[in-house]
Amino acid sequence: MPSITAELVEQHHLIPEEYQKILEILGREPTITELGIFSVMWSEHCSYKSSRVHLKRLPTRGEAVVQGPGENAGIIDIGHGYVCAFKIESHNHPSFVEPFQGAATGVGGILRDIFTMGARPIAIMDSLRFGPIAESGFAGPPGTKPVNAYFNRRILRGVVSGIAHYGNCFGVPTIGGEAVFEPCYQNNPLVNAFALGIAKKDQIFYGRAGGSGNPVIYVGAKTGKDGIHGASLLASSEFSGSDGQQKRPNVQVGDPFLEKLLLEACLKAMQTGAVVGIQDMGAAGLTCSTCEMGGRGGTGIEIELDRVPQRETGMSSYEIMLSESQERMLLVAQRGREEEVYQVFRKWGLDAVEIGTVIDKPVLRVRQHGELVAEIPNDALTEEAPVYNRPIASPQRIVPLDPSVRIHARTGDELAQDLLKLLSAPAIASKRWIYEQYDTMVRTNTAVGPGSDAALLHVKETGQGLAMALDGNGRYCFLDPRRGARLAVAESSRNVSVTGARPLAATNCLNFGNPEKPEIMWQFYEVVEGIREACEALQIPITGGNVSFYNETDGRGIYPTPVLGIVGVLNRVESHVTLTFPEEGLTILLLGKHNISQQDFEIIFGSSQYAQTVLQSIWGLPPDVDLEREKKVQACCRQLIQAGLVRSAHDISDGGLAVAVAECCFGKNVGATIEIAQNENPLQWLFSEDPSQIMVTVHLDQVAETSRIAGQYNLSVAVLGTTGGNSLKISFDRQPLFEVPISLMKNLYESALEAAIEKI
Amino acid sequence: MKFGVVVFPGSNCDHDAYCAAEIMGQEAQFLWHESRDLQGSDVVILPGGFSYGDYLRTGAIARFAPILSSIKEFASRGGLVIGICNGFQILLEAGLLPGAMLRNRNLKFICRQVNIRVENAFTSFTNACSERQVLQVPIAHAEGNYFADPDTLIGLENSGQIVFRYCTPSGEITPEANPNGSLNNIAGIMSRKGNVLGMMPHPERACNPLLGSSDGRLIFASLIRAISLMGASKPELIKAR
Repeated sequence: MPSITAELVEQHHLIPEEYQKILEILGREPTITELGIFSVMWSEHCSYKSSRVHLKRLPTRGEAVVQGPGENAGIIDIGHGYVCAFKIESHNHPSFVEPFQGAATGVGGILRDIFTMGARPIAIMDSLRFGPIAESGFAGPPGTKPVNAYFNRRILRGVVSGIAHYGNCFGVPTIGGEAVFEPCYQNNPLVNAFALGIAKKDQIFYGRAGGSGNPVIYVGAKTGKDGIHGASLLASSEFSGSDGQQKRPNVQVGDPFLEKLLLEACLKAMQTGAVVGIQDMGAAGLTCSTCEMGGRGGTGIEIELDRVPQRETGMSSYEIMLSESQERMLLVAQRGREEEVYQVFRKWGLDAVEIGTVIDKPVLRVRQHGELVAEIPNDALTEEAPVYNRPIASPQRIVPLDPSVRIHARTGDELAQDLLKLLSAPAIASKRWIYEQYDTMVRTNTAVGPGSDAALLHVKETGQGLAMALDGNGRYCFLDPRRGARLAVAESSRNVSVTGARPLAATNCLNFGNPEKPEIMWQFYEVVEGIREACEALQIPITGGNVSFYNETDGRGIYPTPVLGIVGVLNRVESHVTLTFPEEGLTILLLGKHNISQQDFEIIFGSSQYAQTVLQSIWGLPPDVDLEREKKVQACCRQLIQAGLVRSAHDISDGGLAVAVAECCFGKNVGATIEIAQNENPLQWLFSEDPSQIMVTVHLDQVAETSRIAGQYNLSVAVLGTTGGNSLKISFDRQPLFEVPISLMKNLYESALEAAIEKI
Repeated sequence: MKFGVVVFPGSNCDHDAYCAAEIMGQEAQFLWHESRDLQGSDVVILPGGFSYGDYLRTGAIARFAPILSSIKEFASRGGLVIGICNGFQILLEAGLLPGAMLRNRNLKFICRQVNIRVENAFTSFTNACSERQVLQVPIAHAEGNYFADPDTLIGLENSGQIVFRYCTPSGEITPEANPNGSLNNIAGIMSRKGNVLGMMPHPERACNPLLGSSDGRLIFASLIRAISLMGASKPELIKAR
């Protein structure tokens, strides 16, 4: 057995102090297997050592919450005896190294997190971020490396086909998400996968090992040498130089077919009543599942590695414990009822092998060929893993507060051109090229699929609608992390509300650079504060999520990028509305219209998509969302939808009101005539991204009733215009400003992304 | 009337087909791939999905499943079989229908609503439709680019075996309306005897207006009508033109 050298410790990304702590815990030198186990369990990815102290501040309680953070997924009660389990997780580093498998296994991992809770997955969403896919355009804040659009397109294509490969075969619809392009993601693409499942409330399963003497059963795929140290070497350090190639062996390889079998077999096995606890083997594989299940159950687990199904001969205990081979689960069954479990797995042609037993002593004990190769207290690996309150320092702004370009008054023609330019920007344009590669309809529940504010699923069991949205804005958070995080929560929640659904709970994926840098920790601190403030104000608890640090290459970090996934429920799915203008002659109203000063406008305009796409610049601050008003606007919108007054609803976000109106025209080719009042600044009116505003359409004779209800919320309602015609007509102070045919806008909007990606 | 829905490892539209039968007020049952018992099903549905992971080729392994020998026998006696998406691919591999599938023209998985035109309304699968009726039904596949040699194709055309073609919303058969590159815009074909249908679009996904279309119901309604006409003795089916 090799003795542990300082070099070996360093290779395992453990600092000398951490190694000292290991010696104290064990009271002896660790074996090489134990060193490996500590290294993965104490990695940033598994231990949350830099983020834990901050995450504690997030609100996690709420009337709907059945299970908060700490389990494989959060669970909320949707009524009628059903719950839904959902979570988001990052697979950023693997997706950079090997886009197809990295993204595919990201989806596979989050699906297992859902069905390990006893819930059948019914939806996937993905939040994706890449470097620019077009050669020309905004080059990023000062100091950004040159854009390599060809490279970014390659990563995008690989990620999308990886997600399609996994989700389509597994048989769960991919119903929404986002795709964003910014220079900072060029060497650090973000792939955040979200999944949601439903279960009966009395049939939830947890990752707990209970009952000393019960058998510990390994099910699913065989263990191979793939993905060893994925969590510690890939996800817990930054990239440099040629890492992209060299780290490829650390990426796992996924098999969605096997996972589909595993899903069916696990859900069936759970129904037998013989399963005590179950957990998937994700990051840190067998190591993580054994010590966490023991930890949560207040017990220990002893396993014999010879019994672990292996893909090849001669694997060492180190390799078996650290392998991240996919599509594997660990479960604890009632002693005497194992056969019921085996029977199910045999039917589905899967391995199910007793590899150990639950023991009283709260340790993880590993044997190979009968010899003890590791024995570590569970707590040492989980609860007592190092926690750092890392230094925090606010960084110097690298972009100015005031406009770096002069904002001229624009003519009508120029404004029309600006609108077309925005509609064809990859971040705003239709994501059809991406989502048509996903099966968005399997399971026949998709009432509203991709391309809307939120996706909406029909829950066949209860007749309800489940709305869900993923939102984040790295640019906002780069300019002001706290404001940006508040906006992410507000927008995600607003997107759920505009369907008519009431937001119930959130999951979050926090993507950041190197936490050892004080300015990155400052961003993290601020973002957590922003999320906390917004979640408290909007009464949306966080039920779980994931932190991804070290999104850096050669010392350059990404924009701080929190992504919020919010789930809401609608009592009757039929009562939802979509963003599309359904017919001509409707009055277009703006709920929550508010005025900001010219000075404030000039500062916040620098965070907008307009500044980036049209002016090719960035400055200032993101809007400061008024959470009280936000809450009222959303509640009011939901009430109006429930009252049946509203025919369509769409929130104002990227690209401002002009883009929002255009998007509403496309679905049924119904145009609009819009009047900008004389006291407004057309540029601001059209393209400012002020939050807390929702555009709705109502019949003319219901405008008064709508205003009355809005009045109860103390909200103003502005009449924007009417629907109709086959163009978007904008007038200012009763004079025509510009008119653009729907066909022209739609053509650009629909084809821009494909044109950019398919370029060789 | 009983709809038997085959479950292969990797089937993922099995529940959807089951639900569609229920929506139509019919009884549905799952048929396990390792069984040879069709459990008295009046119609057998081979559902969409990735049977056996679609390893080797789509449908290539499923043709060896024990249940397939029973289905072949059922079909030879005139029993009604419908293969949807992966089910169509399996029927081709099993030799119950002629031709083969290639990867989609753009080499990508495509999921979207498409329009298909009923080319033959005198079949057990389309008798509730009118001739040339345009149906909106979604597709979701990576290999739906139908191919057959020229003689087979002429045979299919001449004997009315082409049941659905991809078309524009107004029913024109154009290259632009063809999502995957299928020869002659073929979306669905049936056997010479007219009792086995394979189609790439998913009628089971078009049975609820909430999901965008309920045109798929016409296909299930046709099957129900065909079976009730067949009665208990299961005589020869309504002939193809």
